[in-house]
Amino acid sequence: MKKTKAVTGLAALTLMAGLFSGCASDNNNATNAAATKAGGNTGTAAEATAAPEGDAAKDIKGDITVITQRTDIVDTVFKDYAAKFNEKYPDVKVNFEALSNYEDQIKIRMSTSDYGDVLLLPTSVAIKDLPDFFEPLGKKSDLEQQYTGLEERTVDGISYGIPITVNFSGVIYNKQVFKDAGVTEVPRTFDQFSAALKSIKEKTDAVPLYTNYAAGWTLTQWEADLATVAGDREYVNIGQVASDDNFVPGQPHYELYKVMYDAAKDGLIEEDPTTTDWESSKADLANGKIGTMMLGSWAIGQIKGLAANPDDVGFMPFPTNAGKILVPLSDDYNLGVSIHSKNKEAARAWVDWFINESGYPTTEGGGMSPVKGAELPEILKQFAGTDITFDTLAPAKAGEEGWVDAIDKEAEIGLWQPDFKKVIIEAAIGNRKQSYDDIMKELNDKWKTARAKIVTAK
Amino acid sequence: MPKLSNMSYKNQRILIIFLFSLVPVVLLLTFSYLPVFKMFQYSFTSWNGLSKNMEYIGFDNYKTIFTKPEYFAVFKVSLYYFFATFVQMGLALYFATILSFNVRMKNWFKGILFFPTLLNGVAIGFIFLFFFKPEGTLNTILDLLGLGVLQQKWLLNPQLINISLAFASVWRYMGMNFIIFLGAISSIGSDIYEASEIDGANRWHQFRHIIIPSIKRILQLNLILAVSGAIGVFEIPYVMTGGSNGSGTFVIQTVDVAFKYSKLGLASAMAVILLGIVVLVTILQRILIKEEK
Repeated sequence: MKKTKAVTGLAALTLMAGLFSGCASDNNNATNAAATKAGGNTGTAAEATAAPEGDAAKDIKGDITVITQRTDIVDTVFKDYAAKFNEKYPDVKVNFEALSNYEDQIKIRMSTSDYGDVLLLPTSVAIKDLPDFFEPLGKKSDLEQQYTGLEERTVDGISYGIPITVNFSGVIYNKQVFKDAGVTEVPRTFDQFSAALKSIKEKTDAVPLYTNYAAGWTLTQWEADLATVAGDREYVNIGQVASDDNFVPGQPHYELYKVMYDAAKDGLIEEDPTTTDWESSKADLANGKIGTMMLGSWAIGQIKGLAANPDDVGFMPFPTNAGKILVPLSDDYNLGVSIHSKNKEAARAWVDWFINESGYPTTEGGGMSPVKGAELPEILKQFAGTDITFDTLAPAKAGEEGWVDAIDKEAEIGLWQPDFKKVIIEAAIGNRKQSYDDIMKELNDKWKTARAKIVTAK
Repeated sequence: MPKLSNMSYKNQRILIIFLFSLVPVVLLLTFSYLPVFKMFQYSFTSWNGLSKNMEYIGFDNYKTIFTKPEYFAVFKVSLYYFFATFVQMGLALYFATILSFNVRMKNWFKGILFFPTLLNGVAIGFIFLFFFKPEGTLNTILDLLGLGVLQQKWLLNPQLINISLAFASVWRYMGMNFIIFLGAISSIGSDIYEASEIDGANRWHQFRHIIIPSIKRILQLNLILAVSGAIGVFEIPYVMTGGSNGSGTFVIQTVDVAFKYSKLGLASAMAVILLGIVVLVTILQRILIKEEK
């Protein structure tokens, strides 16, 4: 068939491009990864690319285009970054491009070769396809001396991105609302949490738990709390994949979304979820019209910025019955270099500078810096000395990378999509005949079928 | 160098026609036929939309769609829009007829009615989202009119959501139908009306015996457009509810499959099936309407 020919041709082309670019930029990993991808011989493991240091910086020159999702600060903060970057790398000209709907727009552009030099790795691109689009940044075993969170975008031991910030997920709440409701202790278990929501409903005018149903993507934030409910950093990538019973009673997924279902059923959510508005919900939480929202740390800064009294905005881990409380740390977008970049050295220099020296991860990013040993953000200092631990998720077993994603897509469950969360809320408020157990059973059946297919195929 | 004036008139004409058609034909091929051709091609693969390798899997995608009833269950929602189509055409015809006679501020009314067609569909989605909020425009108006008892949560109630959305759709597309009807009605000579008035016909008679028969063809055309529109409803429910709460349509489902679950091959197969359905309905309508004569 003609197509196979074209594909082979394309693969050969990728290999060649990889070879040339590899030679040009003393970056042996490029050769390596491209060769592995194209099915050629792998050769010996290459050394990691070191970030250019000292005088070498002066030799790097060229124009690079950095594509970002931050339309809000591209013309202000990013301009300052570029100026600071130029102090160190005077011969690199940095251009910025901000996309308002990053994920969708970049995905379309990636079908061409013109998608900037430095960009965020779209989460919707299958992990195994990353080597086709992104320059290898180095071996994970080397880079991990310096950074955390690399495992999310690593293929065959080679890392393709470094997180721009590391988020932690849980409940963002208004302390004043809790005080007014007479809740003095931060709820820890499911029962304590639901009791707290009920007292908010009884004693204040605030919405106890705002779901942000209409925005949709906000519901996906719940999924990040799975590890807290499981109380186990290995559950998400290892335990889940090994189980046919992902959504049965007693399992983390069942317990996690039961909180959502019960809150909706007991009328503890907004009056009309179908017409919620994300932008105004931030202000409402900041000013005491909303008690809690399930979000990531990235939202804290935005909400505090809208609050009359920023100290009212607090963070607590998602409730759990697990023995210890684990707040999962997970990557925000990863920053990587396009395989089609003409100035890969300059692009790489920007990546390293942005993560290490710009200050973005903690200031604008609002989370933790991926650089090991960096200082914790202010809001987390209150947890120092408690039994609450912050930890990244354990990576998948070797050979099982990307399975969660593959099973999820095959089954059309959408762990990171709003759909089944919306169904749960609709069922809870009586718009659907299904019970919570019906929904969970359906999801589990889908999971089981898809898992069988993926496990046998690999 | 050959001069244009040296060519025969006939050849000049051919050349000009060719050159002028080149641009639209190239545009048509690139942006209509090539994508459709590609869509057919993708529908036989398990492509995820980005991967460099495309695996050919024959008719598996079609098999999946036809063996899973949930893919077709959403066509129920299209029925709401199908019935709304008749309301839309009725209203359009009513306003077109009235405004084809001498009415005060005629052009102003025409503008008002056509205006929604000019708006961006996404903007309309947001306008109506606000309109249907519990404390939004519709409920406020009902309250002011003393009809507070009729207040509803228009998008929350599963019995009302599709009717509410279909209403927004009628508002959006009626202007287009209206302008087509108005054009057709305007083409009827004024002497016919004058003659009928002398014979003692009133407005209703004129409508029944002059306007309707004269615009029959246009009515059929609008009907075909409206029905295929009802099958392919997309932007209003997508923008307003994202297809949640039982308002999902086949096209929304297709988009979800393609971009949420990265199954571009399967989604292409769904699009091919939708195309097939629209073609089928159109052919059926043409046959049925012809037989009526």
